Amino acid sequence: MQAYDLPDAFGHFGQFGGSFVAETLVEALDELKEMYDKFKDDPEFLAEFHHDLKHFVGRPSPIYYAERLTNKIGGAKIFLKREDLNHTGAHKVNNTVGQALLAKRMGKPRVIAETGAGQHGVATATIAARLGLECVVYMGSEDIKRQSPNVYRMKLLGAKVVPVESGSKTLKDALNEALRDWVTNVSDTFYIIGTVAGPHPYPMMVRDFNSVVGKECRTQMPDLVGGQPDAILACVGGGSNAMGIFYPYIDDKSVRLIGVEAAGHGIETGMHAAPLTANSPIGILHGNRTYLMQNDEGQIIDTHSVSAGLDYPGVGPEHAWLKDSGRAEYVAVTDDEALKAFHNLCLIEGIIPALESSHALAYAEKLAATMPKDKIILVNLSGRGDKDINTVAKLAGLTL
Amino acid sequence: MSKIQSTFAQLKSENKKALIPFITAGDPHPDMTVSMLHALVDYGADMIELGIPFSDPMADGPVIQRASERALANNVGIKKTIKLVKQFRENNTKTPIILMGYANPIEAIGIDNFVNLIKDADVDGVVTVDYPPEESKEFVSLLRKNDIDSIFLISPTTEDTRIKLITSQASGFLYYVSLKGVTGSSNIDIKQVAERVMNIKKYSDLPVAVGFGVRDSETAKQVALISDAVVIGSRIVLEVESSSQENILVNIKKLMDEIKKAIS
Repeated sequence: MQAYDLPDAFGHFGQFGGSFVAETLVEALDELKEMYDKFKDDPEFLAEFHHDLKHFVGRPSPIYYAERLTNKIGGAKIFLKREDLNHTGAHKVNNTVGQALLAKRMGKPRVIAETGAGQHGVATATIAARLGLECVVYMGSEDIKRQSPNVYRMKLLGAKVVPVESGSKTLKDALNEALRDWVTNVSDTFYIIGTVAGPHPYPMMVRDFNSVVGKECRTQMPDLVGGQPDAILACVGGGSNAMGIFYPYIDDKSVRLIGVEAAGHGIETGMHAAPLTANSPIGILHGNRTYLMQNDEGQIIDTHSVSAGLDYPGVGPEHAWLKDSGRAEYVAVTDDEALKAFHNLCLIEGIIPALESSHALAYAEKLAATMPKDKIILVNLSGRGDKDINTVAKLAGLTL
Repeated sequence: MSKIQSTFAQLKSENKKALIPFITAGDPHPDMTVSMLHALVDYGADMIELGIPFSDPMADGPVIQRASERALANNVGIKKTIKLVKQFRENNTKTPIILMGYANPIEAIGIDNFVNLIKDADVDGVVTVDYPPEESKEFVSLLRKNDIDSIFLISPTTEDTRIKLITSQASGFLYYVSLKGVTGSSNIDIKQVAERVMNIKKYSDLPVAVGFGVRDSETAKQVALISDAVVIGSRIVLEVESSSQENILVNIKKLMDEIKKAIS
């Protein structure tokens, strides 16, 4: 039993979280809360969830000792939680399996999703195909350009991909458009949010479904090294992979939890996606109160990151709370640092990591160098980088 | 008695329904907003809803989204919006002005500061789309202390227990969202709207305005028969968008005339 028990009944993590939505969605969220409460501890539901995670997703994912990378840096040992080996190629699938099973139990024949990098869209399209649900994915037109392989993947899986042309044409606008769809089709549609943001109960529910990652680590690490790691690192956009691996460790204060945000061109340039590291003000977006990149009149400002999955002006409310409480630390690495770590992992370990996960890897390299060799760093390798090869090639001046 | 209440009382005594047009502050240009507000009054607006531009208007359809984008491109945000109301008040102290917007700009400038500013500009009511009663207690009590009405939305999916909760916090009038969807959506089911409005009236004596799907004079006429006020938003903003600058007022007048005639 964990001592940590947030959020409260209204979805508050201290002053963060909550439910700030238009009236039409209140009943849908109440229904979702009720059904999630009913099923989250239901043995039959959990058995089905874990059956799918094992046989459809391929869990548990292994933890891999990156020995050559460790030796090259010459500090703490770096271990990788291999979420990149999941079916569909990222941690995102854990949550979509859970939410889609819930949609099925609630009798909703249609699911919608927003996506940035496309991983959540692919994961949703995948599980929708498996369960025979209609699937519509909203994606910013900028992201569609950056992540074309994932767009085609979603189409192959039978999903309709709707380009979003409003605002900055990225993840936040896709979320706005998905919310508009949900308001309109609320009776027959389940909105599968892909990150630990949105109104209550999403931040809690998405965390819970992803916490299978951290739970596995808790049993795998003692088998591998005889104890828990000294530090756990994960990249943070909205923050779902980080919450998934952090959550089972929150009460275990001997383990440092470090979230790595996207510093883009550098925090000082303003062109980044790191609201926690940059000390952005508190605000309200997409149904919750959190740290938010905005101007002094509350307009959300454009973000920048080389990785579409981190290109988000807010952050899950639980991360805001973990930052304020001091339980987790948040840092940021630039596009260039992430790209360097991306190439390092390709060349030294034979693993092509997602650009999102490359942010966590970049900080792991920095941190490992400052720690003794008997210390252990566990990095959530949240996804694989096949989807990013066009972006990386373009930055190198190549066209594939 | 607030200006909103007295306006409704006056209309009721004349057996008339309120016409509430909506425009977004700063659209198409901040220099035009004040004259547009005066023109709307001349064309028969009983009250006016003025949209506060926001970068992420989640409850709005494409028409009002684009209006927000145009206004933001003109550097009109929450403070400029309030200044425009203050300017309007130099020549009109009678017509109720209701600000409509989202929670983030209000919190960004601080709720105390916001309430002081709108009090000074003589704003009469506020609709905050993503501030449900559970999350806005402090804000609502601050508005109440300053005699500014808190206007809440009630949707087709709002259950009776919530209608009670909302009406306990609301003042001025209740805003019934006529359909499941965003602003400017397609046709409404008038029979269903009538049933829902009657249901709301079981719980509250406040006037009920209907909006979100009123696209033409025929719909406006039907809505007026079953409610206390008709809100026309996207349809007017569409005229702002599609008219050349010199024709905006002419085209809005034409639309307002049709609707005014239909509902009286």
